[in-house]
Amino acid sequence: MQTLRRTPLHEQHVVLGARMVPFAGWEMPVQYDGVIPEHRAVREDAGVFDVSHMGEFEVEGPRAKELLQSVLSNDLDRIGPGQAQYTLLTNEQGGILDDLIVYQLDPFRFLLVVNASNRDADFRWLQERELRGSDVRDVSDEYALLAVQGPRSLERLGLTEAPAFTFENGEIDGIECMVNRTGYTGELGVEVLVVADEAGALWERVLERGVKPCGLGARDSLRLEVCYPLHGNDIGPETDAISAGLGWTCALDKEFTGVAELRRIKEEGPERRLVAFVMEDKAIPRQGMAIEEGGEVTSGTHSPMLDQGIGMGYVHSELAEPGQVLTVDVRGRPRRARVVPKPIYKREER
Amino acid sequence: MAAAESYPDDLKYHREHDWARIEGDEATLGITWYAQDSLGELVHYEPPDEGSTLSKDGPYGEVESVKAVSDLISPLSGEVLAVNRKVVDEPETVNEDPYGDGWLVRVRIGDPSEVDGLLDAESYRKLLAEQ
Repeated sequence: MQTLRRTPLHEQHVVLGARMVPFAGWEMPVQYDGVIPEHRAVREDAGVFDVSHMGEFEVEGPRAKELLQSVLSNDLDRIGPGQAQYTLLTNEQGGILDDLIVYQLDPFRFLLVVNASNRDADFRWLQERELRGSDVRDVSDEYALLAVQGPRSLERLGLTEAPAFTFENGEIDGIECMVNRTGYTGELGVEVLVVADEAGALWERVLERGVKPCGLGARDSLRLEVCYPLHGNDIGPETDAISAGLGWTCALDKEFTGVAELRRIKEEGPERRLVAFVMEDKAIPRQGMAIEEGGEVTSGTHSPMLDQGIGMGYVHSELAEPGQVLTVDVRGRPRRARVVPKPIYKREER
Repeated sequence: MAAAESYPDDLKYHREHDWARIEGDEATLGITWYAQDSLGELVHYEPPDEGSTLSKDGPYGEVESVKAVSDLISPLSGEVLAVNRKVVDEPETVNEDPYGDGWLVRVRIGDPSEVDGLLDAESYRKLLAEQ
């Protein structure tokens, strides 16, 4: 059996009484106080997540940008130094090897933050395609990553507002860190990269500022309410960006791996689409459940904000319009669902 | 508010973390403190139909938290006389009061001899300590 890896904050999680679970080869906190109070804290105030299991790569050199432009779907010409971009690593069939955020540190240096479960495969993929003049390094073990999210997150951390998908070097209570205006919850917030040795101190300062520790359970219910796809559930090597509703991350006017196939799918229209739905019957959809009209649930949970079952899944394109009624097979029981526009949850509804 | 850990002495227990309160030829069933704590806050209760038949050690319904689904295992055979509608509407009642307001079904006992095969509170606590 493989030993689970631990983040630099493992001790802190244990002290807080977190329930630890295996996730992508890591021992991670799934909850501290409970998924629902943690979820609410992020929607109403501020919560902090240890996401140090995520991978970080540095890509450097005069041809770093050329390498990334050839393997990533989005167009790096759209951002400059100090800016970040959501993008996809694609295979020859246009399938999604990973979704990630790329940060332009300077014209010759980029930081990639990738999913924990894909870290090793992504790194090999990039290394095999390295050019003379582009150097790819896995720097994941040097850093910890804390996501601080919620309408009061900036105020709690003493940070000023800044545009989404920008970043700056800053400090929180004297601890130097890279402050990224990104997140996975649909709320205002930052993701803070800090050297591993300082992670414990930063975590303690953030908690002292009244931010609630939150686990992977709340992270999943938060992202699903706002329809952010999870790689391995909603998107993967067998699914393409167009069908997944991620066409906006694909610059089809540039050349990158799998672009021809993506252009074809865009041109012909995808056969199936990733839709969001809410349950009209009392039931909670779960990953892998069949949609009787033809399709499958890729993510499902109970929405703490709507107090009903919600999910995403692939259905034939003609069934993908909001209002469409679907039937989810909940362990043998047919349960009625309705397709809704993304995101499922919007702040204004409160 | 979540309840404090307890395993009342007047109940019988099933090793799958279900309890039964025996009252003459009827019994009330629910899940133990340990079961609700493992699951976390409950958000859904899928009850059996009233009048349906439960078989000992068989699944008779489901409870779900945000993260997980769990079958309800019947400690006894019997016929469902009543379902706790309060828990259908407010599943978190089970977390707040697993042995009181958080009961799940009331049954007419099918085979009284099955009661003797259930664990008492002391044996159930021992089972938990071994896990």
